[in-house]
Amino acid sequence: MKHQSIPRVMSKIFIPLIMLFALYVQFHGDFGPGGGFQAGVIFAAAVVLYALIFGLDEAQQVVRPAAIEVLVALGVLIYAGTGVVSLFLGGEFLNYNVFDAHHPAHGQHLGILFVELGVGITVAAVMMSIFFSFAGRGHK
Amino acid sequence: MIDAHLPVLQIVVPLMAAPICVLLRRKTMTWAFAMLVTLFSFGIATQLLSKVLSDGVVSYALGGWAAPIGIEYRVDVVNAFVLLLVTIIGSVVLFYAPPSVANEISGERHYLFYASYLLCLTGLLGITITGDAFNVFVFLEISSLSSYTLIAMGRDRRALLASYQYLILGAIGATFIVIAIGLMYMMTGTLNMADLADRLPAMFETRTAMVAFAFLTVGVLIKLALFPLHMWLPNAYCYAPSVVTAFLASTATKVLIYVFLRFTFTIWGAEFVFETLNLDAFLIPLALIGIYVASIAAIYQTNVKRLLAYSSVAQIGYMMLGIGFVSVTGLTGGIVHMFNHAMMKGALFLAVGCVVLRVGSAELADWKGLGRRMPVTMAAFVLAGLGLIGVPLTAGFISKWYLILAALEKGWWPVAMLALISSLLAVMYVWRVVEVAYFQKPDEDVEIKEAPLQMQISMWILTLATLYFGVSTDLTVGVAKQAAEWLLGVTP
Amino acid sequence: MEPGLYNYWVAIVLMMIGLYTVIARSNLIKKLIGLSIFQVSVFYLYISMGKVTGGTAPILGEGILIYSNPIPHVLILTAIVVGIATSALGLAIVVRIQEAYHTVEEDEILEQDRAL
Repeated sequence: MKHQSIPRVMSKIFIPLIMLFALYVQFHGDFGPGGGFQAGVIFAAAVVLYALIFGLDEAQQVVRPAAIEVLVALGVLIYAGTGVVSLFLGGEFLNYNVFDAHHPAHGQHLGILFVELGVGITVAAVMMSIFFSFAGRGHK
Repeated sequence: MIDAHLPVLQIVVPLMAAPICVLLRRKTMTWAFAMLVTLFSFGIATQLLSKVLSDGVVSYALGGWAAPIGIEYRVDVVNAFVLLLVTIIGSVVLFYAPPSVANEISGERHYLFYASYLLCLTGLLGITITGDAFNVFVFLEISSLSSYTLIAMGRDRRALLASYQYLILGAIGATFIVIAIGLMYMMTGTLNMADLADRLPAMFETRTAMVAFAFLTVGVLIKLALFPLHMWLPNAYCYAPSVVTAFLASTATKVLIYVFLRFTFTIWGAEFVFETLNLDAFLIPLALIGIYVASIAAIYQTNVKRLLAYSSVAQIGYMMLGIGFVSVTGLTGGIVHMFNHAMMKGALFLAVGCVVLRVGSAELADWKGLGRRMPVTMAAFVLAGLGLIGVPLTAGFISKWYLILAALEKGWWPVAMLALISSLLAVMYVWRVVEVAYFQKPDEDVEIKEAPLQMQISMWILTLATLYFGVSTDLTVGVAKQAAEWLLGVTP
Repeated sequence: MEPGLYNYWVAIVLMMIGLYTVIARSNLIKKLIGLSIFQVSVFYLYISMGKVTGGTAPILGEGILIYSNPIPHVLILTAIVVGIATSALGLAIVVRIQEAYHTVEEDEILEQDRAL
């Protein structure tokens, strides 16, 4: 589709905006609808749009499939790791209050931030991985 | 510090190990790491069981939020027993896995296999340990999705359709469970199991309660494969890789039976379920019909894995029969059969896996003369098969003893007779395999080696367990009886 | 048919449409679509029963006194993710089936298996 000028130009304008919006949704889960899962899907949608317009090979050069697999695992480990850190700091699993002993509310903010980061990374990576594995099969 | 956090470590350790397996791509390293993790989980499960037996219920509030607002992990005798069962099977089958997996799954996917295995283990352990109703659904889906993946890794292309059909039926079952949990939440405002048990009795008269219970029962029965909702099981067990069949046959349905016990006895209460709604009048006939239909279907199969799959459906009938009696003896029989059947079926499917590795097929026609060529494997098969039949000195005898005792306690002679006669059907389908293996000459004289030592060790651990637990029943029957008394609220 | 209960009616209608599609259609992809509709009906049931009369979305804001119940929203977020994972897995299996059997109609697949 890269030979059609309208989709190509519009996607060049929109893809960065979509990614920016994904980051906005990620960090504003506290204050509005949003959070890790939604942000991950929007981010992956940007990459999928890129792949649809400019071709699967180009997209796989930008986001390499091996790296995506690592990101899937990494996101889950960040999430579970936050819980384990709270275990070491003396609280129960995923008890965010222990992150900041003086201000439990700050601890909650920090905990949710890390957990949603893990979720966002994993979801974006999984969505991209699903798209790449489906799209790559027709070529055989 | 580990001691205070035992319940959550039971889940977190295999859960974190799964993405680590994805990161470590190499086959042997992934297997060794997974093996360490499952052994560690087994250690935690034994610790939890001994803690529960000595101190009583162990409760853990996730995230520091106390129940009923937060999610609680609650371990009592019933789930400690099931946790032990799942971790034992998880470790033994994983030890057996590498040669079989190398034979049946392509090399570049092995690390994904071990990751899915650990995720399935996490899901099953999570269903068992949680004290929150919606958490049961989440972990149920984790274990189900990973089992669909594991089944679809089978060599035969029919594994794909089998996995797809299991996916559709399993998703419908899980969604029914979600509907039920939603209706229960709507009526009581809580999702914590102990709190639901307190608040539901006020709602028993409403139609919503009955609908919720109906959805719950049907959803759980689909996933535990009680006749006639068992259609997904034969294909899924037959075409999956041998390791996967051994693991799922021994654990997945047992954990769902635990879910049934938990929801029926702890949350809704035996009076509502069995006296107001008369569920036993529905469960016992279905269980009996299931035992007979599945056993007869097993006799006519030409594929050993499918034969054993139908046998599993029949054995689930036995477990539900025991539960349907709603007496301490009946429940003890049902719960102890969960454990014993896991040992026996595990051993049988591991033996089939050994044969598939050496001979290449699970079709009965290819098993001719195996008794002479693979004597150790077939000996294990025969011993575990005797357990299925219920021969004295095997674990199967203990379960059947309690089931028949429970029927006689209630004065239901016909049911006891039917349970006894069905053992004859088990003799027939076990004899089919024994006859082909021992009394028929092989078509060609091909050199067939015995299975590798690694696989034989696991197979014999489970076979000897069937013999051991047929003789020394303190652990199994003792704990099962405590569990039955706990569920029925009977003080010992 | 009370106007006050129409959300339950919608949930039931969607549920039945979804279940019917799963059972009656033999095309594997249509079955998955039916399963998705079935799951969406359950989401709708949960969220609609979480609404409190006069309540806004359950997000803390200045000067707002009544909020809808946040718990169903949280439960459904999880359930949506589970639904997506199920659909993705189902579609992946269908892609593999298409490569192995060259068809996605269930009766043709069973036909090919029986012919073996």
